[in-house]
Amino acid sequence: MKELLRKFELKLIAQGLCDKEKPLFCALDDTTFWNRDDEAIPLLEEVSSNLNIASILFARPAEPYFTILNALSDDARDGFFVPQDSETRTFFHDIPVTDNFDAHTITAALKRRRSIFIRDRGIITYGTIGPEQAFVVYSSVCFSSYVKFFSDLLFGTTRNQYRKEFALREAQNYINYLKEHTKDISLKKGPHKLRDDIIQAMIEAGRATVQCRLVDSYFGNISYFNENAVFISQTASSLDELAGAIDECPTDGSSCAGITASSEFTAHREVYSRSNTRAILHGHPKFSVIMSMLCRKEGCEFRGECHRRCQEKRFIGEVPIVPGEIGTGKFGLCNTLPPALANSGSAIVYGHGLFTTGREDFQEAFSEMRNIELMCTEKYAAALSCI
Amino acid sequence: MFGWRGKILRINLGTKKIEHEPPAAELYEKWIGGKGLSGYYLRPFITLPFDDPAMPLLFFTGPLVDTPTPTSGRMTIASRSPLTGTVGDTSVGGFLGTHIKRAGLDGIIITGKSESPVGIIIRDNAVSFHDASQLVGKPVSERLRMITGDGPVALTGPAAEHGVLFSSIMIDGHYSSGRGGLGLVMASKNLLYLRVSGTSKTPVCDDALIHRAREEIIRLASASPALLGEFGLSNFGTGALYDLVNARRMSPTDNFKSTYFPQARAVNAYQFRDRYHTKKTGCAACPILCKKKGSDGTIMPEYETMSHFTALIGNTDIDSVVEANRICNEAGMDTISAAVTIATYAEISGEKLTPVRIRELLHSIAQSKNEGALLKKGSYRYAREAGKPNASITVKKLELPAYDPRGAYGMALAYATSTRGGCHLRAYPISHEILRKPIATDRFSFSGKARIIKISEDLNAVIDSLTACKFIFFAATLEEFALAFTGATGVQMNAQELLRAGERIYYHDRVMNSLNGFTAADDDLPERFFTTPGTSGDGIEIPALDRTAFLSSRAAYYRIRGLDEEGRPLEAKMKELGIL
Repeated sequence: MKELLRKFELKLIAQGLCDKEKPLFCALDDTTFWNRDDEAIPLLEEVSSNLNIASILFARPAEPYFTILNALSDDARDGFFVPQDSETRTFFHDIPVTDNFDAHTITAALKRRRSIFIRDRGIITYGTIGPEQAFVVYSSVCFSSYVKFFSDLLFGTTRNQYRKEFALREAQNYINYLKEHTKDISLKKGPHKLRDDIIQAMIEAGRATVQCRLVDSYFGNISYFNENAVFISQTASSLDELAGAIDECPTDGSSCAGITASSEFTAHREVYSRSNTRAILHGHPKFSVIMSMLCRKEGCEFRGECHRRCQEKRFIGEVPIVPGEIGTGKFGLCNTLPPALANSGSAIVYGHGLFTTGREDFQEAFSEMRNIELMCTEKYAAALSCI
Repeated sequence: MFGWRGKILRINLGTKKIEHEPPAAELYEKWIGGKGLSGYYLRPFITLPFDDPAMPLLFFTGPLVDTPTPTSGRMTIASRSPLTGTVGDTSVGGFLGTHIKRAGLDGIIITGKSESPVGIIIRDNAVSFHDASQLVGKPVSERLRMITGDGPVALTGPAAEHGVLFSSIMIDGHYSSGRGGLGLVMASKNLLYLRVSGTSKTPVCDDALIHRAREEIIRLASASPALLGEFGLSNFGTGALYDLVNARRMSPTDNFKSTYFPQARAVNAYQFRDRYHTKKTGCAACPILCKKKGSDGTIMPEYETMSHFTALIGNTDIDSVVEANRICNEAGMDTISAAVTIATYAEISGEKLTPVRIRELLHSIAQSKNEGALLKKGSYRYAREAGKPNASITVKKLELPAYDPRGAYGMALAYATSTRGGCHLRAYPISHEILRKPIATDRFSFSGKARIIKISEDLNAVIDSLTACKFIFFAATLEEFALAFTGATGVQMNAQELLRAGERIYYHDRVMNSLNGFTAADDDLPERFFTTPGTSGDGIEIPALDRTAFLSSRAAYYRIRGLDEEGRPLEAKMKELGIL
């Protein structure tokens, strides 16, 4: 159990979600394992004793998340804020915040939701299955807060000069990061014919996507098409840990072994059937998500339901933006994404994430993802500067 | 009162006395409904023999039934299991629960014994008894045609009349209350059927809140590959699991002597769909519709039935699997117990089972003829009487389903601790060990599993009390269902408070089993899993289970659950949970 805690502790640090040696992580079985000593342990043990859970995580987010979460706490009404990106909203509904670092307040919030942010202190999350759940929730709180903070500024929901300057500084830092850290990424050349080569290429591309922070926690997916099968990452798999988490799905449906395939399998398969694409990469680059939500149409009848009912033909540069919810429902992106992606080679799903393609391998898809995110960040900075 | 109807119907078949009882509001909040409430009413009688006239047979719904909450069409049937002697409760689908609610009832408690075969028809407030002697000996489908009136029907089949210990109660001919032999309890009361037709919609407290919860649940279900994905349960039925479980090398094969069935692709869900042109059907209020029918109306087997009537007995004849399912449904027999029992027979006798022989054996069990006179007692008793107890793959005398525990250690622990015996549904760790929901766990490790199994048992106990379908929880969580619960009842209970109710309900099972002498000795797995490896291959090693690690995990489970070292309830814990 200690090894598992260490693994997710290191992932939190590696993904820039909290500072080194900061996360306080606990796993509960019949005994309790803490990853380190901390004065908050008695309080957290009181909290966990009142919850039916298997792990608890408390950490102060690294910057810029810490400043962002404190700012959103200032804006929160009724003790919570509501994420705006569609994926996080699907899974988390709202995120409670409080000033009170006491067991009663925290327990009450965690009985209702899977996380709470305590102003000037940090995020507390838990898992009923294990530490990974707490890690995923923590990561999603950071991502959704980031998207909401930057969106609110650009969309005019918040007018605050200090925040604007902070946001512009962060956007510029991010642009610098993308330019410096992602320009030399070189991935295996395709086309890949052999099963093992395909899997290795997917593992490599998935890891690069996470390392370059173009996707968080275990969201995102990746696939490769070869003859009569789609190789695709499994649902709830981390793109930086794809070994043993890739399903080979025959396109004639003659085996259901792909029941664990990503929820976007249908969309991927449909893109392959419509184009000469061989590789699809899906990440959640932050500014692609933020910019996809920027719409200034007045009096739109679908306002508030843009993520699934938007009827407008929208683009960022030449990249189309489509509505669509995760999966295969009536408003599922399996209906909206394939034509756009097959036609344009890349597409952003409103408030969700970016899909890019490669004709032979993942290099093209990865470079496209990086370039689009760079473009979106630059457009964001330019737009915010004008406000 | 919202969500609940505030009324329980008591029927004594011996006296034909009918009483309506209004339970206190606190009782509802404490036990929720379904499994919880039926357990509350079962406990005073749990030490009686299953066929004692005073032993109640309970039909209970939950507060979400007859509301727009997705998958809320289920209900609980409960009594003491004739097969295992444990508490015996089953969650069953169809439309009966909805009609019980619409008849203004939260539950029906049936006691006593009729002097002659009888049927009960409930139409809103009216309860009537009907001579059912002409139904005796008839198959289930024929009984259904002969029963007058309208509305869903729960009925027994001829297997129960012949004393089959794994007799089921069939709802509308193909939704089975299968595990544990509750059909035999019903037959022991000379009750052949219960038909209910209700017309009064259940009032809810906040319709808008339920619809909000519904929208969230549907959105999550749409995002779930296991439910509504291309290879998911909605498209292929529960048979969708067949290829995956085999690919993970944990398909019980050859009476659990191996764990991989090489011919699986010839009898997988795709083949059933291709051959029978299946279409979707399912329970009330369900967006998944995992039940499958052929184009001619033939009922398709569920995953467990598919797997056990193929891999477990070395059969690759797809039509014979459908036929085996049909025979069991017509006779009113649990398909899992039936298949494992004939697999035990095949191992002990050394006989290679052909499709014709499978059919013969099932008929012989249902009619208690030839080998069937022994096999009707189930795998455990048959193997002991044959002098080969190790050939029986059961826990607490209940035959194991189609997930080999050597391929999923959480499943190993869950089989052992299950209060109704070898059942996959009490904790359903397949969700995280195989289907990766809500996250993937290491299926070859006991680390952390004790607490996970305990929490999952609590969760599923409350799901069976609300009542909802466990499958929707591949996608949704108690957060969304707590919202629906509050919308239905007006009672403010959050996810963790519902989970606490689940803990009470599951612990109550342990209390009842303890009253019948169940201890740690019963929370164990067949020796085969500790001595014989599974079938390794494709880079997957399937060793035998490490007994020391298993026992250590079980001991941890006892500590977390608040039991003593022998798995017995503790007074302090009972007091804490309010069930002393």
